[in-house]
Amino acid sequence: MAGSGTSLVQIRNLSKSYRRGNQVIPVLQEISLDIAEGEFLALMGPSGSGKSTLLNLIAGIDKADEGSIVIGGVDVATLAEGDLAAWRSANVGFIFQFYNLMPVLTAYENVELPLLLTSLTRRERREHVELALQLVGLADRIDHYPSQLSGGQQQRVAIARAVVTDPLILVADEPTGDLDRVSAEEILTLMDRLVHGFGKTIIMVTHDPRAAEKAHVVRHLEKGELTI
Amino acid sequence: MFILKLIIRNAFRHKLRSVLTVIGVAIAILAFGLLRTLVGLWYHGVEASSATRLVTRNAISLIFSLPISYKDRIRQIPGVKSVAYGNWFGGIYIDEKNFFANYAVDPQTYLGLYPEFVLPPGQRENFIRDRKGCIAGKRLADKYGWKVGDLITLRGTIFPGQWEFVLRGIYKGAEKSTEERVLLFHWDYLNETLRKTIPRRADQAGFYIIGVTNPDQAAAVSVAVDQLFRNSLAETLTETERAFQLSFVSMTEAIMIAIQIVSYVVIVIIMVVAANTMAMTARERIAEYATLKTLGFGVGHIAVIVYGESLAISLCGGMLGIVSTFPAANWIETELSQFFPAFSIRPATIYFDLLAALMVGAVAGIFPTWRGATIRIADGLRRIG
Repeated sequence: MAGSGTSLVQIRNLSKSYRRGNQVIPVLQEISLDIAEGEFLALMGPSGSGKSTLLNLIAGIDKADEGSIVIGGVDVATLAEGDLAAWRSANVGFIFQFYNLMPVLTAYENVELPLLLTSLTRRERREHVELALQLVGLADRIDHYPSQLSGGQQQRVAIARAVVTDPLILVADEPTGDLDRVSAEEILTLMDRLVHGFGKTIIMVTHDPRAAEKAHVVRHLEKGELTI
Repeated sequence: MFILKLIIRNAFRHKLRSVLTVIGVAIAILAFGLLRTLVGLWYHGVEASSATRLVTRNAISLIFSLPISYKDRIRQIPGVKSVAYGNWFGGIYIDEKNFFANYAVDPQTYLGLYPEFVLPPGQRENFIRDRKGCIAGKRLADKYGWKVGDLITLRGTIFPGQWEFVLRGIYKGAEKSTEERVLLFHWDYLNETLRKTIPRRADQAGFYIIGVTNPDQAAAVSVAVDQLFRNSLAETLTETERAFQLSFVSMTEAIMIAIQIVSYVVIVIIMVVAANTMAMTARERIAEYATLKTLGFGVGHIAVIVYGESLAISLCGGMLGIVSTFPAANWIETELSQFFPAFSIRPATIYFDLLAALMVGAVAGIFPTWRGATIRIADGLRRIG
């Protein structure tokens, strides 16, 4: 299923396995996949099919055994740990199922987190954070702590944190998995806006067919292999 | 700045747990400080002793006295510059809890041998002139509010009766280690009274203090003194003032060693408790550390956050312990003055307290820091929910 050479993400012959004692458990086998810039891709599949592992490999938070992942011209599979962290902070925005916000930081401070690793001044950081929070509709909750926000609002803060560095790709692992239907719909609408309004590339793992409906492309994984 | 903010907020995220840990560290540091002060007190006399002074006492035991006639014979030994003499009086001021050292001494020679007892001009002469006069150290005078000219009454325990003295001077210590909680009065006053009331106890000195012309001669003079009185009715034992003080300390050395060990054990225990707390904290925050790593924060950042929290908590406890040490020492000094008349905290004890608090934080943070810094992101993120 490999596509053209102009794709933003090019995955070739990607394999990953885990060791449990002496046992080797294959998780992904010979995966090849292309994702174009501005594409909204949904990865679906049963539990244990390897979709979260594939997402982690694309996001550079796990290492493949074999194969290559070229994103924006950089083969992330070959980067050393330190370089990978720097690449990640500049090029990937993360949206997690359980938001993963720092409970002791306000919405503003949570969104500011990735910018602290950049060379931006305090004033520039403030402009970026305020813009990101406006984008997700939470400009009025800037000083609220996560515990003072609803699940949907927390996920919007997480999205603001993911987009604040203007990354190449956004990866979302079950972004609606912990939300009620209304909040889930709001989050999906927001993600849809990020793709259509701002040209973002999103790779989303989901079990939710309604979430997958928003995607341009839906790929299924089963037993570590792409089926459709 | 951000790291510092995160450390402080994290440190008091679980308020009850953090407060209990801080209190635990504070109590440990308080106990450590007090125990070290106690040990230091024991060796205080040794530190204040001089190399040019010898102490001669009865060879059988300190509770037996020596004839006053020994004074002139000792004085004739080559190398002896001056000889003072005195008796431990053991008088009680108003109540038994008001314990302080009080000696009957020969003022002229005794003050000559103890130049570290500094008296204001005129007070030394007034003391020497007045047979019922006495002098007291500044800390002792301050404690009981004594002023020069006050009448001080001591109840004799070794020498029965009510003994009245007029305070003729208040001395200050020339050095920090000089004892300022001593009362000295005329040996003649004691002796004259004894001649009338208990004649068999008169003309006896409890000890002689010998000033030597050269510290190098101390050993030779000691031998000469003891040889002079060998086979007499009251044989002598002469040693340097330091050895004399150490002989007191050595009687209780095993207890002091045990106290020192206990002081270190207290710190080790709180280290383990703090390490357990930090390990629990780190375990709960693994997903947060993984998230920070996901966002691009490095191992160093995570290590500083975890280690900083451990140090922040233990330093808070340490500071609280140090601050509590002063009122605790003051309370001991006031309420238990018969056992600990000069229970004062030294700067070195505070430095040790601070060092101990730092060590608690440093050791307690090792495992959680290693765990937080080395966790694989994918594993850490799985801990959510």
